[in-house]
Amino acid sequence: MAALLEVKNLRTHFYTIEGEVKAVDGVSYDLQPGEILGLVGESGCGKSVSAMSVMRLIPWPPGKILDGEVLFDGVDLLQLEEEEMRKIRGKEIGMVFQEPMTSLNPVLTIGKQLTETMELHLGLTPEEATNRAIELLEMVGIPDAGSRLPQYPHQFSGGMRQRVMIAMAMSCNPRLIIADEPTTALDVTIQAQILDLMQDLCRQNGVALIVITHNLGVVARYADRVNVMYAGNVVERGSAQEIYHNPQHPYTKGLLNSVPRLDDTVKKKLDPIQGLPPSLSKPCLCQFCGEPQPTLVEVSKDHLAARCNADPNCVGWFPRDLG
Amino acid sequence: MVAEKENLVEVSNLKMYFPVKKGIVFQRHVADIKAVDDVSFTIKKGETLGLVGESGCGKTTTGRCILQLNTPTSGSVNFDGHELTEMKPADLRAFRSRMQMIFQDPYSSLDPRQSCGGIVSEPLIVHNMVKSKNEIKDQIEELLSVVGLNPSMAGRFPHEFSGGQRQRIGVARALAVRPDLIVCDEPVSALDVSIQAQVINLLEDLQEQFDLTYLFIAHDLSVVRHISDRIGVMYLGHMVELADRLELYDNPQHPYTKALLSAVPIPDPVAEATRERIVLEGDVPSPLNPPEGCVFKTRCSKVGCSGGDVTMELMESTPGHFVDSCVHSK
Repeated sequence: MAALLEVKNLRTHFYTIEGEVKAVDGVSYDLQPGEILGLVGESGCGKSVSAMSVMRLIPWPPGKILDGEVLFDGVDLLQLEEEEMRKIRGKEIGMVFQEPMTSLNPVLTIGKQLTETMELHLGLTPEEATNRAIELLEMVGIPDAGSRLPQYPHQFSGGMRQRVMIAMAMSCNPRLIIADEPTTALDVTIQAQILDLMQDLCRQNGVALIVITHNLGVVARYADRVNVMYAGNVVERGSAQEIYHNPQHPYTKGLLNSVPRLDDTVKKKLDPIQGLPPSLSKPCLCQFCGEPQPTLVEVSKDHLAARCNADPNCVGWFPRDLG
Repeated sequence: MVAEKENLVEVSNLKMYFPVKKGIVFQRHVADIKAVDDVSFTIKKGETLGLVGESGCGKTTTGRCILQLNTPTSGSVNFDGHELTEMKPADLRAFRSRMQMIFQDPYSSLDPRQSCGGIVSEPLIVHNMVKSKNEIKDQIEELLSVVGLNPSMAGRFPHEFSGGQRQRIGVARALAVRPDLIVCDEPVSALDVSIQAQVINLLEDLQEQFDLTYLFIAHDLSVVRHISDRIGVMYLGHMVELADRLELYDNPQHPYTKALLSAVPIPDPVAEATRERIVLEGDVPSPLNPPEGCVFKTRCSKVGCSGGDVTMELMESTPGHFVDSCVHSK
């Protein structure tokens, strides 16, 4: 099957007072139609920036996509004119942001915000758009949808607002939805509601989904494939099964050992990763062999892990600030 | 479990209502937000009691009421045989050194204009526990090395530290006056997973070293289950279940506890695929206008349960396992 999205060697850097920050430094991955991909990593590892680069939402200054290709259905999004890109955003690729409190416009009604995209992208009349908005809100589980349309975001709870965001992302029948930490601001019971809803909707409509999160449990529950990001690079990539049961990279192993599990039978000490992630404004050198750039090497079928070029005996490219 | 230890903290029928007022000149009292409504529990010496629940369920307010940072509306808080709610402010001050707090956000809970050493030593000076400048310096060095920071960093300011290091400063500050009880209010929620594990291990080591008692407040059930001896589950200001950590996980009885546990994903795709899932419908009701009777009835999945005429109270179902009485009623 041809990949729906193919990111090749993407590099996005930010030019700040403290120097050039290599937020995303040579990231490659692909996504099949209808697949759910989990993008995990800690804050500052470049997971959001890599997704924003796909949508070309990096503000210049200070950020700039320096290099790479983002092939969406065979078309390189990075080469498109801004006009053409606007036709992709919201239509072909939908986005759900982290903060349902701030990503909705507080001075526009929910109905206005929902219908706006549909009138623009699908050419619906206001009346048709309103009817479809009601359908969408019912689909995402908002009761009494008709009377909710003239309301403002502050009249919705956090979970409800995130449902509205999902309805908005689904409104133009996209082929890909990028969800950037969609449930981090929500409580666990609401988190389960929202993620179950997203999973069901994507499976039913054959929409591919990229879930960006730092929660390893969320990825295990919902994703088909996983990309583990660290210091601006993908350090391990493979099926969820492989990543969790046969982790190869020292960072992936470290992450899995440092979280307590709800089903641990014996109380054992957590095994934290020593040190801190490196500063991205300096060259990131592997703590074991000093190599500046990793290469993804195939471990088994459809499972890649970052290794160092210079030293074949190095266990994996893993820069760390041990100070 | 070790032999029965005496209670350090006894909380009974604790209520904390925040008044809602209307009007500019004549402020009328129109309603109460029942943040904590009739909560009772005990914390034994040397144990860790975990409090879990979703945002707005009253877990932080409970912690603050124990420390008398909020004056409870009614109920009693007994600390090591002394009733705190009726104590005069001057007497209370002496007790404050025996109970400390670690806050959630390591970015806003440290004074940005004070050096790390100043932050850590301030409680010692306030409580007159040090006499000379040299003694302060020694204490700072000792405290920083206990929490795993380099003592030479004492002159640095909070912005020069990472999130995990800042939380270590917060721990050192709480530890400075050698307290018996530390209320940890979401101490690791703002940290990245690999840093979380470092701070959790530190808290466990310190508990052993200094014989501390923790009230550990968090919304992350995996973390709470890891660190606690017993766990209390709160919902809308009420404690709905209280049990030993393993008992609560293996044999949850309240439908809310069951749903909460099943909502937490386990980082293992195989285990996830076979788990039973309960997804709660709807949102938590407003604490301004909670449901009559059982507060959980709007989301309860129990068939034939109206929950309208019951009062919320904990009953012991098996020794040491307390659960809301509604679960036992027909």
